[in-house]
Amino acid sequence: MITFIEEFGLVWGGFLATLSLTAVSGAIALVWGTVLAAFRVSPIGPLRTFGALYVEIVRNTPLTLMFFFWVFVAPSVGFVFPDLGFWPAVVSLSLYTSSFVCEALRSGVNSVGIGQAEASRSVGMTFSQTLMRVVLPQAWRSAIPPLISVLIALTKNTSVAAGFAFTELVAVSQRLANRYPGDVIEVIVGIGLMYLLITIPLGLLASQVEKRVAFAR
Amino acid sequence: MSSQASVLYDIPGPKAKRRDVVYNIVFTAFFVSLLAYIIYAFNQRGIFDDRWSVLWDPPKGQTAADVWHALLVRGLGATMLATVIAAPLALALGGALSVLRRGLRNRLGSASATVVTEIFRGLPVLLMMVLARFGFGWSGLWSVVFGLVVYNMAVVAEILRAGLAALPAGQREAGLSVGLSTMRTTVLIEMPQAVRIMLPALVSQLVVLLKDSSLGYIIAYSELLRQIRTMREYFGDRYTIPVFLVGATVYILINILVSRLAIWLEGRMRSSGNVAKADEGEPPMPEGGAEAARLTATHGRGPGDLPRT
Repeated sequence: MITFIEEFGLVWGGFLATLSLTAVSGAIALVWGTVLAAFRVSPIGPLRTFGALYVEIVRNTPLTLMFFFWVFVAPSVGFVFPDLGFWPAVVSLSLYTSSFVCEALRSGVNSVGIGQAEASRSVGMTFSQTLMRVVLPQAWRSAIPPLISVLIALTKNTSVAAGFAFTELVAVSQRLANRYPGDVIEVIVGIGLMYLLITIPLGLLASQVEKRVAFAR
Repeated sequence: MSSQASVLYDIPGPKAKRRDVVYNIVFTAFFVSLLAYIIYAFNQRGIFDDRWSVLWDPPKGQTAADVWHALLVRGLGATMLATVIAAPLALALGGALSVLRRGLRNRLGSASATVVTEIFRGLPVLLMMVLARFGFGWSGLWSVVFGLVVYNMAVVAEILRAGLAALPAGQREAGLSVGLSTMRTTVLIEMPQAVRIMLPALVSQLVVLLKDSSLGYIIAYSELLRQIRTMREYFGDRYTIPVFLVGATVYILINILVSRLAIWLEGRMRSSGNVAKADEGEPPMPEGGAEAARLTATHGRGPGDLPRT
């Protein structure tokens, strides 16, 4: 445990990097995923097709492949990031996560009672009014537990950035493993604890919210 | 989805139909012109020059057979090898974990199964691979397998737990009342039904497992993505795009096929009547496998699904 405590400054830096990567790409994924979900239930055919295609392709792409694309392939078609590391990671993670946000929201929309949409239509609301004022506020609520677990998965997925020049927790563990070959297991256990520090409270929060939502229903 | 979505808006009248036609044309034109612009921009940068010949007539004295052999036999082969070893292990260990959690009368035993599930579910797969690679000093293949097994075992245990929770309580009561022990009730009565209910989620989890095998790239296991990287370094930067596209297509096609299998299984299951149905009031299904979201979406029921990415 000595090594881990001695190098805690480095670990803490990695922890903050993981947190900020999660926060920034989570926020972007949430917005873009909501837009995609609106596309997928909209009355306009091309938007539905676009949403369905996007989700089907992105969800079946390995995240590592997504990173590889933005780091090695995009520059050769003229899409160069100002700095390697943070921003390619944000773009890859948000594009990837948004497809799961979209699916979580869409199943939330499906869980809203049909009567709600029918009622709002029958008082003359348009599609966007129905969606914005009646369905989505309720869909959000039942989508929160799945959205939290998307966020948990995102936290763990930020580790892929370690392979693409961004120093977060796993990259720190690799660096420490090189520096102290004798203490690798202890270092990795410590890093694992840092991850659990984020994921376990989020998991508890999800099941708490789920209980409450199930009750309200 | 379509039946549900159509609830959100009225059946279009003559005015709305005209408006929809306009929208359709506008958005189709938008997407088509976007695509056209991308192709144009690619063309400007010379993407469509002779670099594609790497797929049939590669430079540096290599033959097309070499390229395809490296991609599909060595690369995809290594990806598949890791998947094929890891998947059965993860299923078996996950099954064992959920049986222990449900069937052990010993509180300590079932609690430790819970703790193992919770911990390994909350750790990144990559960290487990790094542990095996640098901590235990294992080879690339076995490090990848270790990471995949440890994580997916926890997820499978969680999926099966959701399946067990979804069974009618009478199943367990019946087993106990004819004198089976809790362990035997779990293994003989509940498990076979839980596996059946959760089969689509378990198959979807295979997609996640296959996708995660590409993390081997980071710990230098020469799977498909690593081969693409190697080829990029060997042939040079400008040959990246063709090789990458081949690799991406392979990954996406395989994953879509497996996902389709899950959807097909689910449809088949719902049409057959022999599956124990859950009681009214949806049971919670915390962090059910990969695309449990789809399960709920197509069943059109409660908020229980938690997709893992």
